[in-house]
Amino acid sequence: MSDFSEELIRSKTEDDQEESCVFSGTGMSFPWLQKYIGTVATGGKKEKDFAQTTNACLSFIQEALLKHRWQKAAEFMHSYFQILEDSDSHKRQAAPEIIWKLGSEILFYHPKSNVETFNTFADRMKNIGVMNYLKISLQHALYLLHHGMLEDANRNLSHAETWRYGEKSSSQEVLINLIQAYKGLLQYYTWSKKKMELSTLDEDDYAYNTASQNMLNHSWKTSVNLCALIQTPGVWDPFVKSYVEMLEFYGDQDGAREVLTNYAYDEKFPSNPNAHIYLYNFLKREKAPREKLISVLKILYQIVPSHKLMLEFHRLLRKSEKEDHHKLGLEVLFGVLDFAGCTKNITAWKYLGKYLRQTLVGNHLAWVQEEWNSRKNWWPSFHFSSFWAKSDWKEDKALACEKALVAGILLGKGCRYFRFISKQDDQVLRKKIKRIKKSVKKHSIVNPGL
Amino acid sequence: MDLEEARSKEVINTGAIPNTKIQAISRGLKRKRKLEKGWDWYVCEGFQQILYQQAEALKTLGVGPELKDEVLHNFWKRYLQKSKQAYCKNPVYTSGRKATVLEDNPSHSDWDSEPDLLSDFSCRSFVESGTDSQPDGRTQKPFPISKASQSETASICSGSLDGVEYSLRKEKGIVKMTVPRTLAFCYLSLLWQRETITLSDLLRFVEEGHIPYLNAFQHFPEEMKLYGRDKGIFAIESWPAYEDIYKKMIEIAKFLDLPRFPDITEDCYLHPNILCMKYLMEVNLPDEMNDLTCQVVKMTGIGEVDFLTFDPIAKMAKTVKYDVQAVAVIVVVLKLLFLLDDNLEWTLSNIAEKYNEKNKEDKPWFDFRKWYQVMKKSVDEKKQKWEEARAKYMWKSEKPLYHSSIDRAVVYKRREMVVSLQKQFSTLVDSAPTVEKKSPSSFQFNWTEGDSARTCFHGHGLQGILKKKDQSLTTKNSLYWLSTQKFCRSYCKHVTTYEESNFSLSYQFIINLFSFLLRIKTSSLHEEVSLIEKRLFKTKYSKTKKKSRSRKGRKY
Repeated sequence: MSDFSEELIRSKTEDDQEESCVFSGTGMSFPWLQKYIGTVATGGKKEKDFAQTTNACLSFIQEALLKHRWQKAAEFMHSYFQILEDSDSHKRQAAPEIIWKLGSEILFYHPKSNVETFNTFADRMKNIGVMNYLKISLQHALYLLHHGMLEDANRNLSHAETWRYGEKSSSQEVLINLIQAYKGLLQYYTWSKKKMELSTLDEDDYAYNTASQNMLNHSWKTSVNLCALIQTPGVWDPFVKSYVEMLEFYGDQDGAREVLTNYAYDEKFPSNPNAHIYLYNFLKREKAPREKLISVLKILYQIVPSHKLMLEFHRLLRKSEKEDHHKLGLEVLFGVLDFAGCTKNITAWKYLGKYLRQTLVGNHLAWVQEEWNSRKNWWPSFHFSSFWAKSDWKEDKALACEKALVAGILLGKGCRYFRFISKQDDQVLRKKIKRIKKSVKKHSIVNPGL
Repeated sequence: MDLEEARSKEVINTGAIPNTKIQAISRGLKRKRKLEKGWDWYVCEGFQQILYQQAEALKTLGVGPELKDEVLHNFWKRYLQKSKQAYCKNPVYTSGRKATVLEDNPSHSDWDSEPDLLSDFSCRSFVESGTDSQPDGRTQKPFPISKASQSETASICSGSLDGVEYSLRKEKGIVKMTVPRTLAFCYLSLLWQRETITLSDLLRFVEEGHIPYLNAFQHFPEEMKLYGRDKGIFAIESWPAYEDIYKKMIEIAKFLDLPRFPDITEDCYLHPNILCMKYLMEVNLPDEMNDLTCQVVKMTGIGEVDFLTFDPIAKMAKTVKYDVQAVAVIVVVLKLLFLLDDNLEWTLSNIAEKYNEKNKEDKPWFDFRKWYQVMKKSVDEKKQKWEEARAKYMWKSEKPLYHSSIDRAVVYKRREMVVSLQKQFSTLVDSAPTVEKKSPSSFQFNWTEGDSARTCFHGHGLQGILKKKDQSLTTKNSLYWLSTQKFCRSYCKHVTTYEESNFSLSYQFIINLFSFLLRIKTSSLHEEVSLIEKRLFKTKYSKTKKKSRSRKGRKY
């Protein structure tokens, strides 16, 4: 069912059978014209009632699915199958995919259906039309996985792996890789289970060797299956993670590093923050030099400035010797607190307060001002309004104090937040508040006389 | 059919349908290599089979048996003669074989006894005259496809003997038989017999499956194999449309040179007075409106015998769409009473409601608003069911039809696949609430007094909307608006394009209601309404081109 506007554009290039013109956009609407325009595209043949039936049936099915009326959907699906016999070859060829999608949906949710029915349906649909075999096999396997039938899923995937039909198109190539990768994932799962078992065994136990040999087999199978997919551009987080875990277990650090670096830095791959996180964690485990870690996290900072790893990043930067790292450290902190998800992060505020003091003591007022310039219009109402003052104090006094420090430094002791907090009287925090007042007096950028 | 009296006439059984004769004769012929073993049969025999089935179905519905045995049979024979497929010298079955099978028939068959029936037609006897008056060159026309039909290429084949050439045949002046035309034949017979089935009723019965039409070939005798080109001839994938069948009916009547049909008089079911009453009952309008419809019928002259009776040989052969016209009259009456301008009808409803509340024991005044609410709900429900039934309709026949031996295997495989998938899903569907085939009825809605859930308005009074004027009653509403401002000078089919948004919502509702009832397009009904108004307000149309208000009084 194409868009009305599409039909209009098409009809301009062909002879219009109607006398009246349809100008899109001048406000004239001819709803009855659409039917005739549709026939222009089909060469003048009116839509046969058979097509009308199948179209109506399809919309009834879709409506029933939306409303979760599985019974009704099944009824209409029953009648929809006749589209496989449509004399219109376009419709006939597009039918199996539609039927699979709708049918599998119905069978997934219908109370009377079970794994048996689904299996029969999937097997039938696989054999209609050659191009759908792989896709359906994969989805079938996922369904079985969902129901916990791992062996069946494995069998299914193995079967699908061996499918060949003439020249493979590139889309089929990806599907085959995916199928192999899922197989690999299943292998990984078995391997992982065996690893658990192994850890309970003693090294001297006679079963240990066989068990570890077994494991090795699985891991080899896994790596074989996952290799191909990981090299194709895409987002393959679970596959990469499992693969790397296996490589690390067997001590292949170089291999693991190569995989992760590739995954994170290869330009063909879509930008994926997780890739960088995996790489960072790996390097951390490897105890890589700080410079390296910083360079990895720098990229993550550019993609996801609000990530919780940013605090770690800040720590690294702070400890570094380079001055521009120190500047970046300040940037990173401000960046994290720009986001609504981090407003209640007490560590972030603590760091910021401390670091501001440090920076100002280090005579880098310019840095602070640079960061503050772009934020001074909206941070006050975003973080330091009197509403927040009251609410923060009620919820978490420690947080309120840290925030107050920052507020005082950036906005001066006259700002609402600071005033509110400084007026609070709390046994535990009295000393702290006093200290804050002192710091603010000393460091606040509002009073130029430091 | 509820209104029809049983006709008790001696039925002359004119014998079996000729099929048995033909199959006996053709056994002796040499056969072409066929994809399936079976009888030899011609396409027109196939159509004959279909007509036979349809006539049987009509008989089951209560139509008198003369329709099948006499009327339809004769129309068909006349057609065969006119199209030179039978009953004449040198029928058209050439392609080198000169199958003169049927030529011999008239002299061998029982049908010699039929001339007395044929003479019922008070015109010239056409048994032999048809051929004499035709130029002789016709029969030996070299068909360009004769080569193809001789070739044994598997790609062009058909179960029937002449399927291929039949589909390619294009003769000027001859109306080629198609499956939709079978319905036209049926309707012609019904009209001749003045039966109580209108064209919309007939088409509705077809849709509901009471009359074979789609996939009628499935009921052919086992030995009549259908494949190849036959598919294009006999397997249709569209429901019959009113306008289409109507046009075909006139075309065939003209082709067959039929004489003037039996008169449609005031006591005939098809007379507007009676049809109006039927439809008024069906849409739950008060019986009192019948007087008004009769008035309109009288004033417009559409109740005249000459106007109503179908005369194919008249100069401008047209017939009346009896059902559409009756409904259009009702629409006009509603407009007269309520104006239907999205305003007055509701005001009048308020008045009626107030009166009804105060006087609960008296005969209630007809309340348009209440009627609208009741009808809208019922119609929406029916429409929804109808749409769902249409969406679920199974078009393909049990035994698949294929074009050639090449795609035969594919087609069978597909069918097998569909059947197995359907079987699987039918287990998911509750078998209980399947809609049983309703027994056919000419009424789609039924209203009974005393049903509190669905008010019956038949007995309601029109006092609220009529007022006394001298010694007669006239409508309180004195305004009217015309459905069409201008008619084309030349008589064309499309007098007005019905663009919904130009009209009031009440009018749209009424038009939608009635067009759904008759299963016709809203524009057709609107057109008919305009034509009635044209007659009613003749003077207005001839005087000015501008839309004007008219004041008319209804007098009893």
